[in-house]
Amino acid sequence: MIGEAAMRAGCRFYFGYPITPQNELTEYMASGLAALPDGVFIQAESELAAINMVLGVSMAGKRAMTSSSSPGISLKQEGISFLAAQELPAVIVNTMRGGPGLGNIAPAQGDYFQATRGGGHGDYRTIVLAPGTGQELAELTRKAFEYADRYRIPVIILGDGMMGQMMEPVEFPEPIDPASLPLKPWVLDGAKGRHSRIVKSLILDTSAMEEHNWKLYRKYQIIGDEIPEVERFLTDDAQLVLLAYGTASRIAKGAIKRVREMGLKVGLLRPKTLWPFPKKSLLEMSRRVSDFLVFEMNTGQMLEDVKLSLEGRRRVHFYGRPGGIISTPDEIAKVINNIYFKEGLESEE
Amino acid sequence: MKQVFGRAESLKDAAFHYCPGCGHSIIHRLVAETIDELNIKEKVIGVPPAGCAVLAYNYFDIDMGEAPHGRGAAVATGLKRALPDRVVFTYQGDGDIAAIGTAETIHAANRGEKITAIFVNNGVYGMTGGQMAPTTIVGQITTTTPGGRNPDRDGIPIDLSEMLALTNGSVYIERTSVDSPKNIIKTKKAIKKAFQVQMAGLGFSLVEILSPCPTNLKMSPVQASKWISSTMTTHFPLKVIKDETGNLGAQPPSE
Repeated sequence: MIGEAAMRAGCRFYFGYPITPQNELTEYMASGLAALPDGVFIQAESELAAINMVLGVSMAGKRAMTSSSSPGISLKQEGISFLAAQELPAVIVNTMRGGPGLGNIAPAQGDYFQATRGGGHGDYRTIVLAPGTGQELAELTRKAFEYADRYRIPVIILGDGMMGQMMEPVEFPEPIDPASLPLKPWVLDGAKGRHSRIVKSLILDTSAMEEHNWKLYRKYQIIGDEIPEVERFLTDDAQLVLLAYGTASRIAKGAIKRVREMGLKVGLLRPKTLWPFPKKSLLEMSRRVSDFLVFEMNTGQMLEDVKLSLEGRRRVHFYGRPGGIISTPDEIAKVINNIYFKEGLESEE
Repeated sequence: MKQVFGRAESLKDAAFHYCPGCGHSIIHRLVAETIDELNIKEKVIGVPPAGCAVLAYNYFDIDMGEAPHGRGAAVATGLKRALPDRVVFTYQGDGDIAAIGTAETIHAANRGEKITAIFVNNGVYGMTGGQMAPTTIVGQITTTTPGGRNPDRDGIPIDLSEMLALTNGSVYIERTSVDSPKNIIKTKKAIKKAFQVQMAGLGFSLVEILSPCPTNLKMSPVQASKWISSTMTTHFPLKVIKDETGNLGAQPPSE
């Protein structure tokens, strides 16, 4: 789905290295790009090479993508830091698996910190999109390329092994001809009839480096204002609101349907953008919600962003299972029951 | 009066920051002259390394994009695949290309990427202060081999150019030196040929240039150049390592 959506977004350059559980995407790009006259697919010798090939294509002004899974994304972080520093657009797909280290190949969400805190060295951020359905994989992939170009920033699509291997009917957006995309005024394509250009990140002068950091910061502030996106599911009357993204949000919805049958007023706030984190939507909801329950497939990472956003205004519960364990909706329903009937909601104390 | 010597068109009006006797200034000039002579200033893109030559973009008046340390061949691959009708070259030191960037370089050559690598081998990490390089000669004293490079502990200098010659996609690989006027002229010819290989679409080309680093060798510029011919070339002989260019560069037959 991501592969088809990427090509329809005018991406003609893909570089990847085999790693489970995301080889389907690499293989799709291999055959998909081979079928396009202007398509370029290289199976790179390493994740480092793949991300740096993306960097080269991006310098030349064209849309490029790479993908991997957790251990491979760690290797790409050098390149992602350079892309951020050099303000180059790129799309990077992380199909998360259990970790740290080699971990396993089961679906997990342990890379939230890495994705939302920059990931590599230096003071930077990347946009992080978290699709929750097959349809969204297609739509957010299109948006990823648009955001990357608009803000000149690397964009991470953060999924997991379950998102990567599910089958759902999808309606794809109309394909874009890459030749129809607007020309970028900063690209390296040979200094014909103009002054020569430099794309670089070495800024030895400390005040110039500081200014570059602030420039990036101001850009991140604008992105924070412009693109946060959420889904609200049964939140209108909710006393308890779950926060979950990706695969966890699908499990959460199943649990919410069960407890609603018992009459519990529970809803879901699902961030589609993990960075920027949808702080405003959360704060707005906190005015009429008693408690929040963060559910993640890790030991508590988005939990920190929820607490930072709420600044102690509401009680925040957490339930998470790391290691590639996929909780069942019944399991989450029990957690919700526990909050309602044992701990008690904060507003009822 | 006829002007017989001047700055290459492809160089900016800027003074080199390189140390006295350093080979980079000469090699920059040779590359710039080649770009002028091949009339490709408006279609060439250079990829400078991490190392002393990272600031190459301050001197070349051409489009340049900085690569992370060692990743020049991968970045150049991306640029060239995106813009196949442009001329893309990397400019890399020995640590950049033969240590941290070995994998990228070998695989770019093996794929036959139509890029050109200018490999400046001075046998030492220059910018970081004179540590052992992958190409440091056996016995050579550096800040991390205070007793000299010991083959049992450190291995012997890596012959990257010979390794690259084994790949199917490499077409032209030559090792030259800028230790003497004669060798500088040979180096210029090699650089020009390497660019022509790319322009003819033949495959991967590389010129390894032995270059003096008087500062880190702790020698005078003259001594450093002599050290290249007396010592460095015993491990790194100057020669055409691979040439599968056929008739490239040969004079067309007269009518």
